Amino acid sequence: MLRYALRRLLGAVPTLFLVIVLAFLLVHAAPGGPFDDQRVLPAEIEANIAAAYHLDEPLVVQFLRYVGGVLRGDFGPSFSYRDYTVSELIGRSFPISLQLGALAMLLAAIVGVGTGIVAALRQNSPLDKVVMGFAMTGISIPVFVIAPLLVLLFAVKLQWLPASWTGSQGASRLLLPVISLALPQIAYVARLTRASLIDVLSSDFIRTARAQGLGTTSIIRYHALKPAMLPVLSYLGPAVAAVLTGSVVVEEIFGIPGLGQLFVRGSLNRDYTLVLGVVVFYASLIVLFNLVVDLLYGVIDPRIRQR
Amino acid sequence: MKTIRQLLVITVSLALFAFAVSSCSKREDSQAGQSIINRALSTEPESLDPQKSRSVQALDVLRDIGEGLVAYSASGELIAATAVSWDISEDGLTYTFHVRRGARWSNGDPVMAQDFVSGLRRLVDPQTAAFYAAELANVVNAAAIVAGDMPVTALGVEAVDDATLVISLLRPTPYLLSLLTHPSTFPAHSDSIAEHGDSFARAGKLLSNGAYVLVDWQPGSIIELRRNEQYWNNANTAIDVVRHHIVTQEMAEVNRYRAGELHTTSTVPPDNFDQLRVEYADELHIAPTLGVYYYGFNLTKPPFKDNPALRRALSMAIDREVLVEAITGRGEAPAYSWVPPGIENYEPPKLSYADLSQDERNALARSLYKEAGYSDANPLQFELRYNTSDTQQRIALAVQAMWRDVLGAEATPVNVEFQVLLDQMRDAEVTEVFRSSWFGDYNDANTFLAIMQSDSPGNMPRYANEEYDTLMKSAAEQLDLDRRRLYLEEAERVLLADHAVIPLYFYVSKHLVSPEVGGWEDNILNYHYSQYLSLDAAE
Repeated sequence: MLRYALRRLLGAVPTLFLVIVLAFLLVHAAPGGPFDDQRVLPAEIEANIAAAYHLDEPLVVQFLRYVGGVLRGDFGPSFSYRDYTVSELIGRSFPISLQLGALAMLLAAIVGVGTGIVAALRQNSPLDKVVMGFAMTGISIPVFVIAPLLVLLFAVKLQWLPASWTGSQGASRLLLPVISLALPQIAYVARLTRASLIDVLSSDFIRTARAQGLGTTSIIRYHALKPAMLPVLSYLGPAVAAVLTGSVVVEEIFGIPGLGQLFVRGSLNRDYTLVLGVVVFYASLIVLFNLVVDLLYGVIDPRIRQR
Repeated sequence: MKTIRQLLVITVSLALFAFAVSSCSKREDSQAGQSIINRALSTEPESLDPQKSRSVQALDVLRDIGEGLVAYSASGELIAATAVSWDISEDGLTYTFHVRRGARWSNGDPVMAQDFVSGLRRLVDPQTAAFYAAELANVVNAAAIVAGDMPVTALGVEAVDDATLVISLLRPTPYLLSLLTHPSTFPAHSDSIAEHGDSFARAGKLLSNGAYVLVDWQPGSIIELRRNEQYWNNANTAIDVVRHHIVTQEMAEVNRYRAGELHTTSTVPPDNFDQLRVEYADELHIAPTLGVYYYGFNLTKPPFKDNPALRRALSMAIDREVLVEAITGRGEAPAYSWVPPGIENYEPPKLSYADLSQDERNALARSLYKEAGYSDANPLQFELRYNTSDTQQRIALAVQAMWRDVLGAEATPVNVEFQVLLDQMRDAEVTEVFRSSWFGDYNDANTFLAIMQSDSPGNMPRYANEEYDTLMKSAAEQLDLDRRRLYLEEAERVLLADHAVIPLYFYVSKHLVSPEVGGWEDNILNYHYSQYLSLDAAE
């Protein structure tokens, strides 16, 4: 298992290098520079700024300088936050995005699996139809519609919850963003759980268990749930990535200083180092999460472990 | 069962972790009895280093934190600040400032004339790479220092003693005082900069000589300032804590205002504007500002090169009243000049056709269009470029329709990202007609007229007229303010007659201001120093 994990980690190195090369070329290919403005600067001042950020060097030299920095864990100075380095900005904002993402995933897992089981057990009943109806709605309505609606209802009309991150100091500021972020995931997880559980419940070994006189509760708990969770688990890997990237919109709407917001501002401002830093960081995360899910798969499904 | 337990362990640890993080990021609640104002910034300041920052938002925050030799009052009048008084030599080339004795940095050090010398030297130092380094162009040797040809010590700024600062100029600069309110000219505490290096402008390190001290800055979220007890005029500061919230989405900003989370907004969105105007009639503040929205011609290429009559036709065919009423609709004024009205000691001349009715303009425009050799059979075809945004698009489509209906000209709207448009305007290769805007840096017509000089880097249409350049040069040499004004007005007349640009409308500032807030005065500069504001009831 350890050897497998190590091999996978080493395999990620060329992937990440490719990501850096592509991202570097793409950000530099985008028209416009980081310091362009309506207020065009005199040539000497422009030259001074370019020199201060090494933008006057050939692209190859800039690239080598950048890769060298990344190897030392230094993502360089940010262009659009001139008082901060990229590593600092990521270090400040990632815990916030992670907290948001973790809570949203937690909510999605608990509520999604719960409703999925209920729906599967009462298959084709009115309850099932209502729950799945909600799930379908949750999948169909994009987060940039849900979030402002929640704000309008709970913050502006009822004034129960803060409309933004800085509207309150307490944990209440997390509620609306987490719910907005979790809703589509809840829907997915519920539908997956339902489908997969129905599938498992109709298989031979469950019929055998029934024939042996086991009650429904025991069958679900000891026999059906575990295999039914496999597709859900494999969905959770990409879902973590989806929650982290989907948080871009939620972060913008609620003014949350997370990683997604940094990325958007970085790209709009042509902040080369910031965009690259976030891309490399995201890429590493996705590689890591996929690895973790693969390892967990082995834990749950012995057939995979043996191979 | 083992799986379920594992899943449980994972989820519980995730939850614990999430709450651990949330408890660390919690800010200490402010003490009761303090008056706290919540203001909105529409974008994040790129820096709070006075010499390095550039955006309107950074400068707004810096005016709370720092103070220059002179400043503006709540209503926008020039007033003495860290300087108590100043003398101007007869030739207008030497300014002597007397620095206030009681002025202190937030660590208790006195603010001295030398600190202003450090600040101004830092501004022109190529090492600083300051965006506003060119502001000092009229100061002796400034240009050579920026170009790296002279040491910073050669700058024509000298501290005669701790309280006397002398600035020597190459040519008279009547707007120098206005420039010295700009945060890029604020003093620098050299010891602190030497100690902290590039990170000196951070909370806990940044020394302030203004009404507030920076206590917290969470990028992407909030900038918190607290009353500077050492500030010379601290007794007149009413609000203890200023929170500048970074709110990039206009609708989110209104929602936060409605939810009572903001006392002031940075703007008011066009959506539902009519409804807001009714709902918040007493809280909505709309005032003219120093900004012009214009369409520029690429004067280096046909069909607009050397073709003022055609440019005039296009300019005349646009019904600006319709634009500001039906399209922008937030109190903007139709523009018939390049320099906005209300600027100090200046009366902008108007476009020659300003007094005609739109029908008369249309008729004249049509005949000019025909004279230029175009007709329905041979229509003028060109691209109209603007940056991607709802407002820009609506304006572009309206203008396109006016040109089509009045002249039969075929403009193709092309929208590109803002940074791309900037690039294309600078290259002047693919642009034909483009949308842009200009905001004044100080309250003087020069800030608008100077960019249209042939050697100005901000001259997007590439306008070049010797007569204009000569008039601007003569204006720059005038000591007598009235004569200078005549030259400037004459220059604008030349510019307008050449139709290098089509001014469409003048911007207005738009804020929602809570009835709790006192001391808010609308002004043309749209500066609202927190030190002049107050709150009715301390929260």
